[in-house]
Amino acid sequence: MNVRRILAIARKELIQVRRDPRSLAIALLLPLMQMFLLGYGISLDITNIPTCVYDQEASQHSQALLARFKASRYFGIVKSVWDYGALRRALDAGDCQLGIVVPWNFSLRLSTDGKSSVQALVDATNDNTATLAAGYAQSVVSAYAADDLELRFTGTGRRLGAPQPLAVDSRVWFNEDLASRDFIIPGLVAMIMALVGALLTSLTLSREWERGTMELLISTPVTSMELMIGKLLPYFAIGMADAAFCVALAVGWFGVPFRGQLVTLFLTTLLFLAVVLGIGYAISAAIRSQIGASQVALLLTMLPTAMLSGFSFPIDQMPAVIRAITYVVYSRYYVTIVKAVFLKGSGLAQLALPIAGLLIYAVVITFVAARAFRKSLG
Amino acid sequence: MNGQIVAENLVKRFGEFVAVDGVSFSVSRGEIMGFIGPNGAGKSTIIRIFCGLLRPSSGVARVAGIDVARDPEAVRQRIGYMSQKFSLYSDLTAEENLRFFARIYRVPRAELDARIQRAVDMAGLAGHTQALVATLAGGWKQRLALGCAILHKPAILFLDEPTSGVDPQARRRFWELIHATAAQGVTVLVSTHYMDEAEYCNRIALINQGRLVAVGSASELRRNPRLGDLLLVECADLGRALAALRGAPGVREAAVFGNTLHVSVADKARALAELPPFLRGKGIQPHRIVPIEPTLEDSFVELVGQAAKSEAHA
Repeated sequence: MNVRRILAIARKELIQVRRDPRSLAIALLLPLMQMFLLGYGISLDITNIPTCVYDQEASQHSQALLARFKASRYFGIVKSVWDYGALRRALDAGDCQLGIVVPWNFSLRLSTDGKSSVQALVDATNDNTATLAAGYAQSVVSAYAADDLELRFTGTGRRLGAPQPLAVDSRVWFNEDLASRDFIIPGLVAMIMALVGALLTSLTLSREWERGTMELLISTPVTSMELMIGKLLPYFAIGMADAAFCVALAVGWFGVPFRGQLVTLFLTTLLFLAVVLGIGYAISAAIRSQIGASQVALLLTMLPTAMLSGFSFPIDQMPAVIRAITYVVYSRYYVTIVKAVFLKGSGLAQLALPIAGLLIYAVVITFVAARAFRKSLG
Repeated sequence: MNGQIVAENLVKRFGEFVAVDGVSFSVSRGEIMGFIGPNGAGKSTIIRIFCGLLRPSSGVARVAGIDVARDPEAVRQRIGYMSQKFSLYSDLTAEENLRFFARIYRVPRAELDARIQRAVDMAGLAGHTQALVATLAGGWKQRLALGCAILHKPAILFLDEPTSGVDPQARRRFWELIHATAAQGVTVLVSTHYMDEAEYCNRIALINQGRLVAVGSASELRRNPRLGDLLLVECADLGRALAALRGAPGVREAAVFGNTLHVSVADKARALAELPPFLRGKGIQPHRIVPIEPTLEDSFVELVGQAAKSEAHA
């Protein structure tokens, strides 16, 4: 193995990337676009759910309750209606996704029974939104009821007839605001690394085959190991630069808290890059056209990372079979690591398990990539 | 055999297709050996076997005494190769290409600049070293490719159709470079499908359908005794004349050559006397019939024809 040869290849590769608009776009533009598109586009929080209200009671109490809906950032009152037919039409037409009906005896029951009910009609064609909307509505109403009770209690100086209902007081750790963006963006960094790394390297050998330069290259004494290392070095540098850029955006622009240590992130990112660059390289050795190789690279990185890494869908809520499959999805380990470093501030020791997973992958993939390319035209 | 390039009964099959069919030859040090034959004759396949890019199905290919199949890397260190398709990096400048290959071949650092300068001078690229290779004209690209191939001072050069698609002036200049290189003791194996380029080679191997049809110097191959005497026939209807002549008495072979016919005959004097009345009898008016010196192409046509006949008899 000759260092000078490796550097010669790395230098040549870097010049080519610099002069190839397609590679440049992947290296520079893709991370930026992905960060902004997905950083803003994917948010599991729902705000301003279009809501219709049908206030049958039209009293001070019912208006106070509806004012709370108005004040909440989760709901946007788009319309007030005066009968069920109008409410139904509004839901059907898609003017609103939620209908709140305050019954005519709302305050009466609240004062006599100490409890009352409000009807929520939800358009469940988007079941995720529906569940969340119903949940948010429930909490608004509960909060109102509790405050109302307290008001009465302090107002009369009487003890409450009924004991305080037992309530779960949950405390959320690591992502206190339950902002899904904080949860998603660290995973997005993993997604971009996988995409950029594998896409760029998938072009590296196929470009030489496609342009006919491979024939001359393999007639020289360069070894396939020197070729692999020389070709992957620049992409390590580009990958690390992209990672730094994404992390900077995540913290500086999106305000995601970063509680861990950069060194942990740096080391694990190197490991993850070894995996994705190796995958791209092996694809490039097997498929001798740039378009074909980049298609396969997309398929093998974007799809599993988006679906099965825990980036967008929580792994522990997947069916057992799918959950088992996620263990072979290499990005699952890195997504776990990045999220933990960002939100929990985990160090290398706490992340030993996912790091071991990545390490095994890195070793296997490097081996496969090194074997994938043969210096022969046959 | 102590040649620098030696083929012993070389065979290469691609599935059912036999691309190289039992080829043996030897090229000595400092010699320029030309491979001549039509496209698909197997010239490139033989060269690729010698460069370690393809494994022979059977037989042995030796370069500088080393069996290519056994130790391809040792061979690669000693050879320079120009592939048929231009294969330098078009998105790099001429100098970047030269530097890249110099480093890949581990040209000593101290000599790097001097060697590159020499390659630039040789290829006549001075003033164009910073131009992207994609922007260079064909002849320049070819000379740059040769420059890259000899940076590491290889003992043996394999040039696969280096002059295809290059204008005649650039071709001539290129051949001068090849001669200058060979004069320094470099052994050159060069393929071409231009018959006239055979004259530049010390020896020629005529190749057809994967077989070596004949080996010798250009003048040896032209003096093919089986060719007999050659006559040039000019007439109006070449097609009809060709058909008539092929069955004519004393005619061995007839072939179209430009807008004339080359006719190989057993006896020149008799044919000159008998052919005009024969053709007129067939309703063809010959404008001119004269004896000519055979060209390499005549010889090639005859030799390939002979090989085909003996195959048919076998």
